[in-house]
This record gives sequence, C-alpha cells and structure tokens, in this order.
Amino acid sequence: MMTFSTWDIVSNLLLAARWTVLLSLLAFVGGGAVGLVVLYARIGRKAWLRRAAGLYIELFQGTPLLMQLFLIFFGLPLMGLDVSPWAAAFVSLTLWTSAFLAEIWRGCVEAIPKGQWEASSSLAMSFVEQLRHVILPQSLRIAVPPTVGFSVQVVKGTALTSIIGFVELSKAATIITNATFEPFTVYGFAALIYFALCWPLSKSSQILERKLNVAHHHH
Amino acid sequence: MSLITITEVRKSFGQNEVLKGINLDVAAGEVIAIIGKSGSGKSTLLRCINGLETIDEGSIVVAGAQLAPDEVHLKALRLKVGMIFQGFNLFPHLTAGRNVMLSPMVVKKVSQKEAEAEARVRLEQVGLGHKFDAYPDQLSGGQQQRVAIARALAMKPLALLCDEITSALDPELVNEVLAVVKALAEEGMTLIMVTHEMRFAREVCDRVVFMHQGRVHEIGPPENVFADPQTPELKQFLGVA
Repeated sequence: MMTFSTWDIVSNLLLAARWTVLLSLLAFVGGGAVGLVVLYARIGRKAWLRRAAGLYIELFQGTPLLMQLFLIFFGLPLMGLDVSPWAAAFVSLTLWTSAFLAEIWRGCVEAIPKGQWEASSSLAMSFVEQLRHVILPQSLRIAVPPTVGFSVQVVKGTALTSIIGFVELSKAATIITNATFEPFTVYGFAALIYFALCWPLSKSSQILERKLNVAHHHH
Repeated sequence: MSLITITEVRKSFGQNEVLKGINLDVAAGEVIAIIGKSGSGKSTLLRCINGLETIDEGSIVVAGAQLAPDEVHLKALRLKVGMIFQGFNLFPHLTAGRNVMLSPMVVKKVSQKEAEAEARVRLEQVGLGHKFDAYPDQLSGGQQQRVAIARALAMKPLALLCDEITSALDPELVNEVLAVVKALAEEGMTLIMVTHEMRFAREVCDRVVFMHQGRVHEIGPPENVFADPQTPELKQFLGVA
C-alpha cells in the first residue's frame, strides 16, 4: 500500500484551495455586479421592480444554497442546457451572493437620513444623480464592513459545490481521505485552510468597522 | 403677475386632511412668512411647492413650471425654486465648497471651474468664503445653514423656501442666519418662510400668512396681522387674546 506524507496531503489540499479562492472571487465579483442591479431595482421608483427584486431576494435567502446548486446543475440540462460543475457552481453562487449583497446594501442605503434625499431632490437632481453623487458615496462607507464580513459566507459556501463534483478544497479533501484513510488529519487540514482564508476576512471586517466608526468620513 | 400661484391645493395623509384648499399668490420679490401652530399644515404647504410632497387636488405653478409627480416636471419646478431645511442637510462627505458646486455641475452640467468660481462667490455672500474646504462636521450649525443657503443660491432659483431654518440652531447662532436671509430679501429674492421668529417676520416680511387647521386663516401685511389680529385663533396664537 502506498503511504502519504503529511506534506502530500497538505500540498494537494493547497492546490485544490486555489479553486476555492478562484470560485469565491468570481462569485463575489459576479454577485456584487448582479447585486447592484438588484439593489437598484429594490430601491427604485418602479413598484413592480421593487416587488420583483424583493421576491428574488426572498427566494434566494429562503432556500438552501444546496437546493439552488442542485436546481441549476440538474435542472438546466432538462431544458437542454448542458452545464459543467464549474458553470453551475459559479452561476448559483453568483445568484445567491447577489441576493444577500443586495439586501445588505439596501440596509446601508436606507440608513442614510431622509434629509439627504430631500436636499438633493430640492436641488433638482434626478434619482440616478442622487444615488450616484449623494447616497451611494455615503452608504459605501457603511457597507464596507458587512460586505467584507459576508465574503466569509461566500468562501464557506463554495464547499457545497463539492457535492456536484466541482473539485475545490472540500472535494479534494474527500478524494484524499478515500486514498489515505486518514479523515481526521485530512479534514483537519482542510478546515485549517478554510480558517486561514476566512479569519483575515472577518478580522478585517471588524477592523474596518471600528475605523469607519471612529474616524470621521473624510479623515 | 405672480411668480408663485397656489390654487385650491388639498393634501391628505391617509384620513387626515392637512391642506384643505389653499390659495396663495406670491409676487416676484415678495417675502412671505407662514406662521401657525404645529400641525396647521404650514410645513406641508412649503414642501408641496418644491414637490417634496404630492398634492391631491389643485395646482401649484412657479414661473410657468407646474407641479406634477414625474421627474421632468419636478426638475423644471425645482430649478425655479430652492429650499432650505431645518436640519441643514449638507452632504457630509463633501466640503462646503463641493456641497455648493455639486448640483450646478451634475444638474446644469456647469464646468468644474465655473462651478468653483460660483461657489466661492456664494460662500462669500453668506460670509463663509474662508470655509470652502471645511467639511460640514467642522462647521457650527449656523455656518452649516449658511452653506445650505449658498448651495441653494448657486442654482440661481427665482424663489427660496425656508422651512424653520433657525429652529435647530442654538440661540446665539440664529442671528447670523437671519442676517443672511434679510440681506437676500433686500436684494429682491422671493422668499417664503415657515418661521417661529415673529420679530423677524414683522421686520422683514411683506405679508404674513397665518395657517390654522389646513387653511389660510388670516393673511396680510405684518403690521395688520401682528398689531390687529381679526380672528380669535390668531389672537390666541399671538398670545394677545
């Protein structure tokens, strides 16, 4: 029987972790972009768009990410669309992330005092101009800590994509366990790698929160 | 001809009718004070003129621009009439100068250089030329309110609405703001102000509107309204009953 050194295990996990990082980044960027669109619909002037965006958010927040993954991975082929695990993972994580980010950001926009809307309205700015020049620059400061904090959820969410066969950190751990029969060691290292990815994110979210609270807007 | 024409304006919040058919014509250059108890509808009326509230019935026209709920009409209206708020509402992420420059640049597409020159003139006009680079939280309440006035003036409105603009200020800061308003009145700016500063209203205004329960209850030059109130409600409000 072949033997595996600790380094064999760790190095293979690290190689697979690259995919976890890449998928997290893509899902976060994609989710951010879609999230902005959903946010715009959610706080916009059109009632039906607000309701549609609200429904979208409820739907993705109210169902498990795993179900969303399954529906996209198994559902789209039924409609004749062949999706790779990669594509399914990217699409479902993007949609899921967008719903949460849109809701986080909506809260940040609503935290801006009504007087800011009224003052910019009275200066003849249009809705888009108000958002662009008055509301979003202020909400951005409030939004940074919870947004960075949520990125931790995205990283951990990528673990679910192992179930549809996408080889990232969790899937690699399972594969290595099957070969080494050392589940505790392997999953232990995998968990450590997740922690090494997530901890700096949550820590920086905390630091940012303190900084943006204490220091004033501009200093 | 009147600059602002308010005709039979009605407005309800749910079951509560706050404006019950308001008629008011304001001539160019006129300075109007609206007085009355809280809940009399005076702030709501002011906010309607600027389109911050919709109206249920009647019409409001400012120099040909009609109040209507769509963005095009609102913009046309708001280009003619500016507003100052009780809570200043400066943009906290921008310097005083940038606060004044923003709307001309964004809405009127004025170049940065022109906008900056205009902003310096306007800040100078309210006595704050030296605060161009200060952020709102580095200014006193009175200074913030003067920046807000400069910001509204930079859009070159035909009329200014002032919604209790000294009510949030410490007593010693009230006068510096009122002095700016007085100077504007003397230069011929059309002003409609909701105010509790009776002495100021008496000194500066051409006409005083007393609102009571959603109606214009009494209206006239300050010497009549203050010295010779006709209705028991106004007498009670002025404390001379």
